[in-house]
Amino acid sequence: MVFAMPSTLNRRISCRRKKMSLSPNAKVVLDVRDLKTYFKTDAGVVKAVDGVSFTIHENETLGIVGESGCGKSVTNLSIMRLISDPPGKTVGGQVLFEDKDILKLPESEMRNIRGNKVSMIFQDPMTSLNPFLRISTQMIETIRLHEKDISKDEALKRSIEMLKLVGIPSAEKRIFCYPHQFSGGMRQRVMIAMALSCKAEVLIADEPTTALDVTIQAQILELIQKLSKELGTAVIIITHDLGVVAGMCDKVCVMYAGKIVEKALTDDLYARPAHPYTEGLIASVPRMDTASKNKRLFSIEGQPPNVIDLPPCCPFHPRCHKCIEVCRHAYPAVKDLGNEHSVACWLYASQDEIDKAMEGVR
Amino acid sequence: MSENTQKPLLQVRDLKQHFPVSSGLFRKKMGAIRAVDGISFDVYPGETLGIVGESGCGKSTTVRSIAQLYKPTSGSVIFDGLDLCNATEQEMLDVRKNIQMIFQDPYASLDPRMTVRSIIAEPIVIYNKRHMLEKQMSNRDIEDRVEYLMERVGLNKAFKNRYPHEFSGGQRQRIGIARALALQPKIILADEPVSALDVSIQAQILNLLGDLQKEYGLTYIFIAHDLAVIQHISTRVVVMYLGKVMEISEAVELYDNPLHPYTKALLSAAPIPDPDIERKRQRIILTGDVPSPDKERIGCYFYDRCPNKHPYCATHIPPLLDIKDNHQVACWLYDKGKLE
Repeated sequence: MVFAMPSTLNRRISCRRKKMSLSPNAKVVLDVRDLKTYFKTDAGVVKAVDGVSFTIHENETLGIVGESGCGKSVTNLSIMRLISDPPGKTVGGQVLFEDKDILKLPESEMRNIRGNKVSMIFQDPMTSLNPFLRISTQMIETIRLHEKDISKDEALKRSIEMLKLVGIPSAEKRIFCYPHQFSGGMRQRVMIAMALSCKAEVLIADEPTTALDVTIQAQILELIQKLSKELGTAVIIITHDLGVVAGMCDKVCVMYAGKIVEKALTDDLYARPAHPYTEGLIASVPRMDTASKNKRLFSIEGQPPNVIDLPPCCPFHPRCHKCIEVCRHAYPAVKDLGNEHSVACWLYASQDEIDKAMEGVR
Repeated sequence: MSENTQKPLLQVRDLKQHFPVSSGLFRKKMGAIRAVDGISFDVYPGETLGIVGESGCGKSTTVRSIAQLYKPTSGSVIFDGLDLCNATEQEMLDVRKNIQMIFQDPYASLDPRMTVRSIIAEPIVIYNKRHMLEKQMSNRDIEDRVEYLMERVGLNKAFKNRYPHEFSGGQRQRIGIARALALQPKIILADEPVSALDVSIQAQILNLLGDLQKEYGLTYIFIAHDLAVIQHISTRVVVMYLGKVMEISEAVELYDNPLHPYTKALLSAAPIPDPDIERKRQRIILTGDVPSPDKERIGCYFYDRCPNKHPYCATHIPPLLDIKDNHQVACWLYDKGKLE
């Protein structure tokens, strides 16, 4: 159902998206290769992120979806090098940004990138601002930390501009408020303004709208989309909401138990989900536009796995409705289905590959 | 629908729930948060009434006032011919057996020091002790009932001696559901029961609630902020804003033909998991945030954010207008004579 509204509505904003097909020579901004982050716990090693690879081009929006505990947040904290060590450690892989592996940079150089060239918006706007400091102080600090030669007044001016850009009314006055004087949606706007105040090239948004209401969510998503288009920022959106992904992203990675199980262009993913998990995930969401009423929802049985000491097989097999013998014994290789669509599932492997994997078992 | 010929199971009439705000040295009463500000609706047996709205619109307060967890400021809640707002303690005890709740947060709504068995058995034990059950139950009977309930909601009965922390979110919500079912209630008030769960688990719980409704003929009042969930499970839907009812309608009708500007905005803001549709959709983006419910209003509650506002709306509170069978809306746009 398309919600056609009476033309009298002046607040009519069309939800257009960036063109799907990116020019083939668009610059790769961030290239994550085989990233591995493990946590050592008393119960065993938690492989929170286990060999995740993806690339993101400028002007592109990438979605990372998955259920809680699948490692989507840890992936991005690892990119920002914000994993506390111990217990966590990024044990392998590369994150290439401007042809440098930022996992190997000394901390001093990393500080120059973090928050400056790669910025992050957190889920909870209540806890990610310092309640003791005025918004102005916090914004000026961010700007001056990364651009040493800018004066306080200039930084303040830039901050006010940024607040106006994200749509905070009477920004000149509101900038001197404390965070508690702002509502949840306004705080999230402030976070976005801070994240973008240094003209970041990559913006990582970790569940940016989960704590917000739908009407506010629509405002914030619209804003991120608008800004990324204007400033050419590449955006990574982490979410569990498949609706948000459908509206915002060009590409999607689906994560399960620390691994990317499927990667595709957004349209492809929704039209032809390849992995049974993706398929189940899409089918289990009630939809407003189709008559799912009174019918039972498709549900993925069972619980997400405990990622401690996972056996070397497909972690989804106990919940999979298409599970075959080989799934219980070996992890499937990533299979390219063409058109940037890849999947890690035995259903797409050839008989030879399956036989080979089964031989190893016997 | 045939429901109108039926007698309502629960009638809410002009329910108000104001929370006093006091400040200063002598805790002088400074005003009130008008969480629920005069709402009325009926609930018919066997249906699911969905309540939807943004945070702070009074959905949770409404069901808590219905369950008399708060003493309502004014208004009445009539269940089985008894006004719960003026009921004695003994009468309330009797009624509570028929009105049970499921809470949003499966982590906070279970006592961490009680085993699953004692959590599910607690309501039965309390009523058993007071001889208020239809027939007195022995310990063995209670044990059987707990095991039956656990299996019914999809928990392994071997886990009955475990503690809540040993279960995942979805399983804990199942424990909460088993506890709500323990006394065979007539109506279950479900306050965002799936909001804290992952999508795949959410589908499991929604299916379970649907099955239980068919099996026991339960009536639900179901709160959610996710419009797709509400549409999936509800027979009728109440849209709330700032403690007021904006629109009441049958679910299918509401989603096909929303009337109130707020409902329209809400529906257009909810994302649909389909890239084709998302790209073509027209969105109404509301400006601003929900205002604070701390002052008395003389005009439409939605006036500040309404895209179709009219000077008349600022000074007159719209009543719930009957548009057609089972579809009421509180908006002056549908009373054309008034806006001329």
